[in-house]
Order: sequence, then structure tokens, then C-alpha cells
Amino acid sequence: MKLLVCISNVPDTTTKIKLSPDNKSVDLSGIQWVINPWDELALTRALELKETAGSSIEKISVASVGTAELEPTLRKALAIGADDAFRIDLNPQDAYQVAEELAALVKAQSFDIILCGIESSDYNGAMVGGMLAEQLGYTSVSSVSSLNLDGSNVKLTREIDGGKQNLTVSLPFLAIVQKGIAIEPRIPSMRGIMTARTKPLTVVAASGSSALTAVVGNALPTAKSACHMVDAENVSELVRLLHEEAKVI
Amino acid sequence: MNFEFTEEQLMIRDAARDFAQRDLIKDVIERDAGSIYPTEHVKKLAELGFLGMLVDPAYDGGGMDTVSYVLAMEEISKVDASVSVIMSVNNSLVCYGLQEFGSEDQKNKYLRPLAKGDKIGAFLLSEPEAGSDATSQRTTAEDKGDHYLLNGTKNWITNGNTAGTYLVIAQTHPEKKHKGINCLIVDRNSPGISVGPHEDKMGMRSSDTHSVMFNDVIVPKENRIGEDGFGFTFAMKTLEGGRIGIASQALGLASGALERAVKYAKERKAFGTELSNHQAIAFKLADMAVKIENARNLCLKAAWLKDQHKPYGIASSMAKYYAAEIAMEVTTQAVQIHGGYGYVKEYHVERLMREAKLTQIYEGTSEIQQIVISRDLLK
Repeated sequence: MKLLVCISNVPDTTTKIKLSPDNKSVDLSGIQWVINPWDELALTRALELKETAGSSIEKISVASVGTAELEPTLRKALAIGADDAFRIDLNPQDAYQVAEELAALVKAQSFDIILCGIESSDYNGAMVGGMLAEQLGYTSVSSVSSLNLDGSNVKLTREIDGGKQNLTVSLPFLAIVQKGIAIEPRIPSMRGIMTARTKPLTVVAASGSSALTAVVGNALPTAKSACHMVDAENVSELVRLLHEEAKVI
Repeated sequence: MNFEFTEEQLMIRDAARDFAQRDLIKDVIERDAGSIYPTEHVKKLAELGFLGMLVDPAYDGGGMDTVSYVLAMEEISKVDASVSVIMSVNNSLVCYGLQEFGSEDQKNKYLRPLAKGDKIGAFLLSEPEAGSDATSQRTTAEDKGDHYLLNGTKNWITNGNTAGTYLVIAQTHPEKKHKGINCLIVDRNSPGISVGPHEDKMGMRSSDTHSVMFNDVIVPKENRIGEDGFGFTFAMKTLEGGRIGIASQALGLASGALERAVKYAKERKAFGTELSNHQAIAFKLADMAVKIENARNLCLKAAWLKDQHKPYGIASSMAKYYAAEIAMEVTTQAVQIHGGYGYVKEYHVERLMREAKLTQIYEGTSEIQQIVISRDLLK
């Protein structure tokens, strides 16, 4: 059984975002790139499943759509424990294009289970997993917080409003995973980093997909205004500020 | 000249940072207060391969370069120098000494479990009356034909109780002075070994420091490293490498303190504005940053020379001397910037300051480094 974890290359979550002068893109200079946190948890769960005694998973692959700059992120995934990696050589313009490119790879490589993080921590689109499953005709379940193999079926738990839902699905299958799928991401070991040197990272030509959307502009949130401290005794001043300045009463 | 790190070096730095910031930070204050040995963290260090990261993969090590080791030591020391000293002693004293000077049999028997972290090593040189003056060894290794009979006391031994393997420096031929000294590999469980109580230290309180007593301990002849009388040279050569580890530890203490001071200065307000807007504080931070950068460059240069198999003894002495001195200065300033909060344990910087003090003392005091550096200048 072959398992694929889709990896998004995102800025470190502490990055302060700056926009390019035309506001159409993000200024990428000086950014430290990391594996999207949800994808990293998905990879961790995939490795846990493979390491379970008698596991039917033979191989874990990781794949990402992007330019050569994201290769360190894929090599980190290899150091953490993935067996091989694919980089689809394209600077994607929207989620649909990412999904279409990943679908072409999956059709060529035939994976039985695909794990996608629920969203990427940069654009928070939360679209690729669903679009990919649709393009492949795979069963998909979103908000998956627990995933176990049971013969040729998958037992999983998904988070629903106010509770949880337990499901079983058959293969092939795509899970859109969220927090809880694994406790915490793995740290690559020295041995992992050493063996990553010889694991395959294959660059695949783009399949000719095109984006369905075009970004007209981005805007950063307006800066928070300064906080007014009002003396606890001075209620009339508080009322005046709420009325005249905040205009909420 | 190239100041760029490789992708692999950065990955190792990030792995060490994640381990320190995610795991070590959780209970570092409690372990310091209670002098609690970091058993679970050492297990994780072993799993991640940090305990033998410099050892050749042929002997189950990580096969990483010394530059990566500096980066990892800095990150771990930013959070917990008690843990990084365990890593440093195992890697750059015990494993390095065995890999560089041990026989094939010794490497297979003793280096492999140390590199994997199945066992921890300790380096036993200091004595109650022989610290910096390492030639005055009173511990004796009497030659009994097919074995040595070991007697004496060693002091301030990091990993003294938890180590499974000791490298013991002892005098075999007192008449030959330092040329009569040997280094013996000693199994911790050998009959006749007793370990003193845990030392109640000012800093690095959760590392395991003990005196170790040897009373008629039988050590097989094949456990001697190198030729008869090689022990003093062995100790000095091994300490050259060890200094890079402690220099990087001092660097980490300083850079950890600076990170905390910068964060605090941006948050804390005084006289109507953040501390960072007061020049008195901003200039302190600038001075701290410059000193840290100097120390980092000295550490990396020593590491690079070692990786290139070029002489690095003086470079490692300079790195250790300078990094230890500025670690003391920078951590003290970090406490000053934090004011009263710096003096309480919750803000970590007082602990970093206590820990920094030891880097000026162990694995060659600052004054010993000055001797090494000046003798080389004046020879």
C-alpha cells in the first residue's frame, strides 16, 4: 500500500508578512520556509501508521507543487522519515492549479491513501484536499482528527460541530486532516538527516494545468489603534469615549 | 571565504532548536531548582542522535561535522546548559577521544554504545588537588602485568553517576611525570568503584556531577588507550576538541540571554515607552549582539579548522576563552535589563547567568586558555 502526504511550503508561522509594492503578492525576501504545520502532523501520523507492527504501508511519499526553492522543505520531510519526494515544477497561482497538478501525479503513481492538511498556514485556502479528491474520484473526509487502518478499510474520527463522528471508509481514500491527527510533529534525527541525502527527490514536469482565479490585490489588516486606559473610578469618561470616539453606544 | 551554512547544517540547527524550545523548556526551571537529572531528555537526545552526532557512521554515529555541532550546542544551551554539557562531554571528550585514539576493538566495544546513546560517557581528569595542573595526577594505575590496578579519587565528574563508561586519566610511572600518565577505559560497574554524593552546584544544577573513588579497581591491559604513557597527550588533544563544545555552550548561554533581553525590552514599558526606546538599554543590546557575533565566529572558525583537519588548538582556546568571558558579561547584562524580574527564576536569565559562570571554569579555566594562547604567541 502506498501513502502520499501532500506538503505545502509555507513561511514560518512567526513571519511578519509584507506585501510587494503592487500588493499583488507577498514579499518573500528573508522568509524562513517550513512544512505547513497540518501537513507535518499528517506526515507524522503516516509514519506512525507505517511503523505499526504488521503495517500494510510499504512506502510514504511526499509531494509539493512549486519551484526549486521549496526543495529544502521536501528534504526535511525525507529526513523526518518519508521514503521519497516529488516536486512538481510549477509556481502555482491558485488552489485549483495545485490540486490539478497533484492529481496528475497521483494518477501516474497510484497512491492508495492521500493525506492533506486541512489548510495551509499562509493563504488558509482549505481547498486543495477537496479539489484533489474530486479530480481523482477518491472518497474524501474532512476535519479528520484520528485515522487508523483496519485491513482494507480506514477507521477515522472527524470533528463536527459540538462533537465527533466515527466513520469507516474503503480505499482509495483521501483524508483532510487537522490538529489531533498526531500529537506533535517529529524532529528529524541525525540518522534521518544523513539518510535523506540518498533518498530520491524527483522533479516532475507540470501537466499543463491553469489557474481559475487571478489575484487583483491583497491588503494587510489595519493596525490596531492604541489602547485607552481609563481609571476604574472614572465611569463617565469611559461612557464618553465609547459614545464619542468608539461610537458603539 | 563563505559564511553560508549548508542546508543540512541548518536542518540540524533547527532540529536542535525544536528539541530545546519544545521539550527542554517545559521543565527546565523545576529541574534546576531540584537538581533533577534530565533522564527523559537525555533519552530523547540519544534517539535524535545528538549524543553521538560527531561519530563516524561506521561506529553508529551521526557523521555530522563540527560546524553542525556548534550550531546544535548553541541552540540547546540557549535553553538548558545542564543538558548540553551532557551532550558535549559525551561527544567531544569521550566519543572523540575513543574514535581518534582508540583501537578497533575498543571502538567496537565502547564507542558504538556511546555513539548510539545506549550508554553515556564520562571523562575523569580533575582531582581534588589537580584541576588546571593536570600533570599532578595522584590517581595511580599500577602495572600488574596483564592488568592495571586503579586507585585514587576524581572530582567534578560530569555524568559521574549516570555514565556507563569512564575514561580515567591516571599515573603509571610517577618518575616519568606527565609522560608516565595513561588513559584507561573503565566499566562503571567494575568492583571497587564508588561514587560520591551529587554536587550541589551554583548552576548547571540538573547535570550529574560527582566525585568518583577507585579502590583496587582491576582494569584489563587492553583498555589502555594508545601506547604506555600516552595518557597526558591523549587528555590534552581531547580537551582541544572539548573546548569547541564548551565554547559553543557559552555562546548559546549568551545568545539565549540576548533573545530574552530583546523580547523583554520590546514589551516592558518605563517612563511612558518601551525599554528598547531608551538608548541606555538599546546600546547595551547592541554591545551584547556584537560580542555574541564575535564569539560565534570564533567557535565556527575553530570548528571549521577541525573539520578541515587543520590545527585548531589555538582557535578552540580563543573561542572557549572569549565565549566564556562574554557569556558572563552578556548574561549579567540580560539580568540588568530585566531589572527585578531578571533576579527571579521565572524569567530564566538569572539561571543563564549562574550557568555562564561555569564556562569560565571547566574544561580549562579562562586563565588556562590565556596561558595556551600567550605561549603560542611567545614561543
